[in-house]
Amino acid sequence: MHIMEGFLPSPWWQLWFVFSIPVIMFGMYRLNKLVSERRDLLPLLAVAGAFIFVLSSLKLPSVTGSSSHPTGTGMAAIMFGPAVTAVLGVIVLLYQALFLAHGGLTTLGANVASMGIIGPLAAYLIYKAGMKANINFYVVVFLAATFADWITYVVTSTQLALAFSSQAGGFIGLLQGFLVIFATTQVPLAIMEGALTALIFKYIIQVKSDALVELKVISQETVNKLRGISA
Amino acid sequence: MKIGKGEIIFAVITVLFVASFFYGMAANPGSEFGGVDGAAEEVITDVTGGYEPWIGNIGFEPPGGETESLLFALQAAIGAVVIGYFFGYYKGKGRSD
Repeated sequence: MHIMEGFLPSPWWQLWFVFSIPVIMFGMYRLNKLVSERRDLLPLLAVAGAFIFVLSSLKLPSVTGSSSHPTGTGMAAIMFGPAVTAVLGVIVLLYQALFLAHGGLTTLGANVASMGIIGPLAAYLIYKAGMKANINFYVVVFLAATFADWITYVVTSTQLALAFSSQAGGFIGLLQGFLVIFATTQVPLAIMEGALTALIFKYIIQVKSDALVELKVISQETVNKLRGISA
Repeated sequence: MKIGKGEIIFAVITVLFVASFFYGMAANPGSEFGGVDGAAEEVITDVTGGYEPWIGNIGFEPPGGETESLLFALQAAIGAVVIGYFFGYYKGKGRSD
């Protein structure tokens, strides 16, 4: 989903910065608060960031005959919310833009919007709605992470279609073209990422469930139920 | 860690994923499974009649595939070390508490 350097003409790359910067600022504020008030939760934050680092470095082949990478943002979005995830996304996207010529600095605003903000926001909303509806925790995590990944690529397609629709004569046709490339390729990858995220959450519940309870991600009763202890 | 339902479901999905990749290889003979970012670039070039990026790459550009795969592997390794460290730390701590 990395839109390459220079591949968003004016005014689109500026507009996506206007969209992303306030969220990143709010995320930094939240992150600062978290770091100063709850130092004990820092390791979990590191794990969430590292998960994005690992997953976004893996270029996986898809059934469509092309390769793409997962995003890893669902986990951070569930634990810390989309704003903090946006900050983690900036770190990863900067690394790839500066050292790998993957993505770009001028397109950073747009790439953060898709991978760091809108995808994670979808995960966050799905997670909250699913938990409210009393669906199994791991199923909800799976769905949230799968859609964080997939929606990211839908957003990238939309961003490119918006930017080039005037030259291509029509937004819808162009959007379909990008969706075929990005969103179809991403389906198996997104499912794989959802399954991995759910599995990792199983281990977090095993070793550090108190942190999730503290972050109000999950209630103590749910933890007890998942661990098979009657409350 | 004990093999439970979660691990089994994950293993099944992984097998299905790998199977879908082999199916993709058979269905797209000769495909090198190139990145989607490149494919999108081609579409842009096509529909605009030769779009030229208005600015070139600013950061460091790996001279070739070898250096690029090194940096990607480094990225994955750094992440994996952090994840492994904290899981090990919490697991050990939980045991000694």
